[in-house]
Amino acid sequence: MNTAEDLPETLEVSMGPQHPSTHGVFRMNAELDGETVVRLKPVFGYLHRNHEKIAESISWLGSMPYTDRLDYFCSLSNNWGYALAVEKLAGIEVPDRAEHIRVITAELTRLQNHISFLGFILGDMGAWGTALMYAFREREYVLDLFEALTGSRMMCNYMRFGGCRCDLPPGWAAAAGTLVDRFPRFLDELERLLVGNEILIARLQGVGRVDAARAIDAGLSGPVLRASGVAYDVRKADGYGIYPRFAFRVPRGEHGDCYDRFMIRVIEMRESLLILRQALDALPEGPIQNPKVKLRNFRPPAGEAYGRIEAPKGELGFHLISDGTDKPYRYRVRPPSLINLTLLEEMCLGHKVADVMVILGSIDIVLGEVDR
Amino acid sequence: MPTAEHLHERIRASLPGAAISVVPNGSPSAQHGLLVGTGDAEAVARFLRDDPALRLDFLSNVTGVDHAPPGEPGYLEAIYHLYSIERGHGPVTLRMQTADRSLGARLPSLTPVWRSAEFQEREIFDLFGIVFEGHPDLRRILMWDEFEGYPMRKDYVTPDDYEYEPTPHDTVLERARAHDAPADPPPDGGTPPP
Repeated sequence: MNTAEDLPETLEVSMGPQHPSTHGVFRMNAELDGETVVRLKPVFGYLHRNHEKIAESISWLGSMPYTDRLDYFCSLSNNWGYALAVEKLAGIEVPDRAEHIRVITAELTRLQNHISFLGFILGDMGAWGTALMYAFREREYVLDLFEALTGSRMMCNYMRFGGCRCDLPPGWAAAAGTLVDRFPRFLDELERLLVGNEILIARLQGVGRVDAARAIDAGLSGPVLRASGVAYDVRKADGYGIYPRFAFRVPRGEHGDCYDRFMIRVIEMRESLLILRQALDALPEGPIQNPKVKLRNFRPPAGEAYGRIEAPKGELGFHLISDGTDKPYRYRVRPPSLINLTLLEEMCLGHKVADVMVILGSIDIVLGEVDR
Repeated sequence: MPTAEHLHERIRASLPGAAISVVPNGSPSAQHGLLVGTGDAEAVARFLRDDPALRLDFLSNVTGVDHAPPGEPGYLEAIYHLYSIERGHGPVTLRMQTADRSLGARLPSLTPVWRSAEFQEREIFDLFGIVFEGHPDLRRILMWDEFEGYPMRKDYVTPDDYEYEPTPHDTVLERARAHDAPADPPPDGGTPPP
């Protein structure tokens, strides 16, 4: 018979893989002392389909729709990341109008990703439903634009090597302008409701702190890195596309806690709106596809290239190796969601088990990209 | 942005005797690589990270590659893409190659230098079977623990698990028929089962 002395002092809890707050199929094996986390190991792979191996067996362009399925919230950003890497690999120029459309669609993607993030993290904190409903209402307006442009709301498959698949439909730019004009009212409302909210502050401030040096060492990127006080943004650092033409600021946090990660997204949406307004005003006429690029039977020269973009969830990179044939020899995705989880255990140690969900939510992962 | 040739000179000057060479890249990206010998990899990595003029503090990406040309022994490779957040330059491509493609092929782990490599090296171990010596937690990450084989190797044979396909189509049915057919034709010359 067990006496009290025989019983272990800690309790092991397997959280997930099927749980709404794991944002997909993701498991964490947590060891708890009372309610305090003393060990936490993430378990990956439930959504693994070896995206990289599949890409090696299909044509270069064939992977483009497949990139939609990485981070299925942000298919247009993924398209751009892949197109950018291929354009580096083969030395392809992109027409000016296509560059503007790319910036516009990528920033709209960032808006709808961050707005969904706010809804999801409120759900993780227990405000299940209401916040997400308002967030998704706004997201629908962005998805309507995507549908009008690409024919699909989430799996857009829109960009091509050296441009975009089709031109803007009539009235699209005006509709995007209306959205950009209207969106700040929603953000004002959201900030009034949430930013100073007592419960939100109690749940987020001081939780899951990461300092700048550890964040850089662990390869964190995107809003998670900036919340730790590192003003690093690939849009500024690499200046890819035509981002150097636009004026915008890179927000950074001070404390590296969940509250800073939350606020970074709110501020970034305002900066995205600034970029969108400038890009829509400067949108030139002209071709949207480089006519020299043969998309069918596309064969880049032998060699390799690493291209990266600032996706809404962090730094999305593609490393491509070509042997001169019509299929990639090696196709590698640098998944921001996976690498941002490197410090998950350190963030959670010493916090209550209920905070684990909030910390995971504040990193903003998507399992289509973590597991690939 | 330091070029690969310039970096090569710097490393030669600071770490004399280190096995390092420049790997040219034929693509218009012109991202030339630095191939480092396994014995010197960690010292070179620490130099790249800590040198005040380089400060390559951000390891962005680690790629595993299987080089398996037909008729040759081939090798496995790990490619590291480094950036500097402090100085704003990059990418610098650092490469390491295994001696062969055997199952226990080894490379030194760079996770002690850049923590960012932790999950990525685990992934390469999982999918390519490169053993990273000095990695703090080298386990399978995407495949399950009992899985055998390394799916990203070029000679990996996908298992013939057509029976799990929910709606088998023509080619799958064809394979299934071949699979179910008896090894020897029936002695009376009758037709094999459909």
